[in-house]
Amino acid sequence: MAIFLDENSKIIVQGMTGSEGMKHTARMLKGGSNIVGGVNPRKAGETVEIDGKVLPVFGTVAEAMAATGANVSVIFVPPAFAKAAVVEAIDAEIGLAVVITEGIPVHDSASFWAYSCSKGNKTRIIGPNCPGIISPGKSNAGITPADITGPGPIGLVSKSGTLTYQMMFELRDIGMSTAIGIGGDPIIGTTHIDALAAFQADPETKAIVLIGEIGGDSEEKAAAYIKEHVTKPVVAYVAGFTAPEGKTMGHAGAIVSGSAGTAQAKKEAFEAAGVKVGKTPSETAALMREVYAAL
Amino acid sequence: MDLFEYQARDLFEKYEIPVLAGIVADTPEEVEAAAAKIGGTVVVKAQVKAGGRGKAGGVKVAHSPEEAREVSEKIFGLDIKGHIVKRVMVAQGASIDKEYYFSVLLDRSNRTFLALCSVEGGMEIEQLAEERPEALAKVPVDAVKGIDLAMATSIAKQGGFDDATAAKVAPVIVKLYEVFVKEDATLVEVNPLVETKDGKILALDGKVTFDDNAEFRHERAEMERDVLDPLEAKAKAWDLNYVKLDGEVGIIGNGAGLVMSTLDVVAYAGERHGGVRPANFLDIGGGASAEVMANGLDVILGDPQVKSVFVNVFGGITACDAVANGIVGALEKLGASASKPLVVRLDGNNVAEGRRILAERNHPLVTVVETMDEAADKAAELANR
Repeated sequence: MAIFLDENSKIIVQGMTGSEGMKHTARMLKGGSNIVGGVNPRKAGETVEIDGKVLPVFGTVAEAMAATGANVSVIFVPPAFAKAAVVEAIDAEIGLAVVITEGIPVHDSASFWAYSCSKGNKTRIIGPNCPGIISPGKSNAGITPADITGPGPIGLVSKSGTLTYQMMFELRDIGMSTAIGIGGDPIIGTTHIDALAAFQADPETKAIVLIGEIGGDSEEKAAAYIKEHVTKPVVAYVAGFTAPEGKTMGHAGAIVSGSAGTAQAKKEAFEAAGVKVGKTPSETAALMREVYAAL
Repeated sequence: MDLFEYQARDLFEKYEIPVLAGIVADTPEEVEAAAAKIGGTVVVKAQVKAGGRGKAGGVKVAHSPEEAREVSEKIFGLDIKGHIVKRVMVAQGASIDKEYYFSVLLDRSNRTFLALCSVEGGMEIEQLAEERPEALAKVPVDAVKGIDLAMATSIAKQGGFDDATAAKVAPVIVKLYEVFVKEDATLVEVNPLVETKDGKILALDGKVTFDDNAEFRHERAEMERDVLDPLEAKAKAWDLNYVKLDGEVGIIGNGAGLVMSTLDVVAYAGERHGGVRPANFLDIGGGASAEVMANGLDVILGDPQVKSVFVNVFGGITACDAVANGIVGALEKLGASASKPLVVRLDGNNVAEGRRILAERNHPLVTVVETMDEAADKAAELANR
């Protein structure tokens, strides 16, 4: 098993015909993902050949789902059109929408999140501004390199893309059930807690690595959740101890505002919940190795 | 982007939110002319993005144009929490009866918007929230439904307003929310929102923050911006994500999280090497081409405080051989201006080939180190020499 994405996932790509969409569709196909088509209202009815596979292009997500049985959409639509793309995925009630797009105005994210809530959250949204989700050996929805690590018992949830890759790489000899990048924006769909709950319920996942960074209170909430609900061992890492107050550090959401959102507060919250926190990514991986060896 | 008070005032005026006359001035002479134009009692207010302007002597009342000029001479050049006053706003005076508070902002924690409202305005909101939390209404706002007149009235009443005042304040709240949405703001705050002795509601001082991600759908080229650090300005011109810090180890990496992590690891290593610290944040993104790498190095080497540079790349989408070629190309491009030692750590996709390229080039300034922690240590050591 894995969480949110597995060998039965049938993936469509919204924005498949754009340059990012094409590039990453090819990469996902190469990594073994079952891509069944794309969506672009202006190219509906056409086909696109990517990496030797002929893929149909549909006018809407609903049409693509009806024709292919797709249950996952990966969204590469540019920021100005991303909200409409996500709303369309929500309206079609596709099971999972992975929003890769970086730079979406936060009013748009707030708006599609409110819309999703009003529709009962039937579509799980991952992102925006994220690398997506990979269940190694089963499927990859997003831009995570597919060959960093193979399947295994560790679940990984992270706000950052490259730190996800780094941690997958550090633990590649053990392997991962699912690695999910939840994104670095102020408003995101799937949270640390959502991933923790799913990993806790997933029999294949034996231990969990959580990566956080400055900004917001997702890590503090996750720490409280772990204390109450997670019995599997969790090791955490937090980035941004040296970040100055009031400066955005790359991710739109990575900002310390006044005394809120500091790495120190997040670390303390984890430690208070009994979660070991690594000082560096390597030390975090080493902590996970100890945990894993003791299982 | 945070607005100056005068920009917020102008923006409010555009949305027909009641504000007082206000004219910006950059010299005492302009202040005098502005005060004469407005007439009567005026308030000269320092335009800096820092709280506590009044206490710092940055806000003064004047009863004539001459007096306005005199007080402004004391305000220009003031250092208010590290901000030097270069511009003031001359604002019309008002006879204030009561001071209220209203703001609407992005509530990350609950993934929605939040309206804050209180009949007890004037003081810093953090202070109010701490000392009299029961006096501050916090009302979640649905991002789809927004704030209509009924909702605005309800917010005002929850903030402690009586019915008659709530009826006067509510239309202003609706307009402030309109600013929040149409301008893609993450904060619109009015403190104080005042009621004058003749019963009028006025937005006396405003704070507005725009979402940088939404800049593409707004025309704000003419708007006065903060003066950037020269290195930050240079990086911005190349579309690089750079933040100047004040340490000695220049940092280049790919991906925001990895770069933040790199800063931390360098700071830890610095504890063993004379307390050196990271000099900057620089994320060159997924595609580390020679050009982007050269631009990044150029910015970092332009920082006289930098003693060594740590290039920390995980080859995910971009393979390490491309990154290595980028580094080699960048050093060639920069020639003699690349004069500080570079510690390079590559890992991930095609790492062997990447390291081979760097070894073969064998540039005297470049040291390749296998792990991030060891590389940080090396970079800190070199910066401490």
